[in-house]
Amino acid sequence: MGSIMVNTEFLMEYLPILIFIGLATGMSCFMILASYIIGRQKPDAEKLKAFECGFDPFDDTRGKFDVRFYLVAILFIIFDLEVAFLFPWAVSLGAIGLIGFWSMVVFLGVLTIGFIYEWKKGALEWE
Amino acid sequence: MIISTIVFYALAGVLILSSMMVITSKNPVHSVLFLILAFFNAAGLCVLLGAEFIAMLLVIVYVGAVAVLFLFVVMMLDINFKDLQSGFKKYMSVGGLVGGILLAELIVIYSSWSFSKSAPENIKFKTPDITELSNTEALGRILYTDNLFLFQIAGLILLVAMIGAITLTLRTRDGVMKQDVSDQVNRKREDVVKIVKVETGTGVA
Repeated sequence: MGSIMVNTEFLMEYLPILIFIGLATGMSCFMILASYIIGRQKPDAEKLKAFECGFDPFDDTRGKFDVRFYLVAILFIIFDLEVAFLFPWAVSLGAIGLIGFWSMVVFLGVLTIGFIYEWKKGALEWE
Repeated sequence: MIISTIVFYALAGVLILSSMMVITSKNPVHSVLFLILAFFNAAGLCVLLGAEFIAMLLVIVYVGAVAVLFLFVVMMLDINFKDLQSGFKKYMSVGGLVGGILLAELIVIYSSWSFSKSAPENIKFKTPDITELSNTEALGRILYTDNLFLFQIAGLILLVAMIGAITLTLRTRDGVMKQDVSDQVNRKREDVVKIVKVETGTGVA
């Protein structure tokens, strides 16, 4: 496995994130376990009942969602991907020259056509 | 180095466990949440391999957008959990047959699978060493110039996805009180006001 791993210097940059994940996991486990061990557990029927602002829940929590939420989500994904393509382009712009620059401009132009289309169609309006 | 090995096994273990939970948990919302956990762990594995950009892409695109879309779809399904478990015995014979055939196919494929001898030569663009060039920049140097055609095709696919989503799901609904400024400004007096001469004692018809 040693050959596939990259050098330690690069991974050391991610050490704070690892420590943070460890702390977050430890703290959340500690809080849940401590409340189980230290707190008194005396459940009864009233305590275990579903709580919805003081009265019994009216109906099932999963109803049908409006399809417009889906449209907003999928349009978000598309522009998210568009932005994701911009990162390596911005990093390597000095090395890829004019062709690289204009290929990205054409890419953005194609997606701007789509953006104008959805704006004119009214897909961005909520009513 | 020992820490990275431990981290690798921790990430890989949680990844396998959470992906098993994705297909075994009965509540589809829990499945999506375990899928998000699996994405995070896969991103961690990518970081261990030095593929920073792929790792961040997993977090931004998959966790940030695709998982949210999955949650919407799961919520839109309107699943009744009692109906889900009802037809188990009825469908088990057919489902088991299909699953068994797929398993047999996978076993046949994997038992005879190996790398082609020319595979190492076919790797056209070798990843440069991480000490010389970061993974993001290595990607950027070939994506927009050497693979220009594929990049533009990706743009067109995104355009098609955008237009397709709009044509499939956009509905104009009736009875919505919405302000239209140009309509209000263009309203003429003749269209809406009518002057009627009324005789005394008759009223307006």
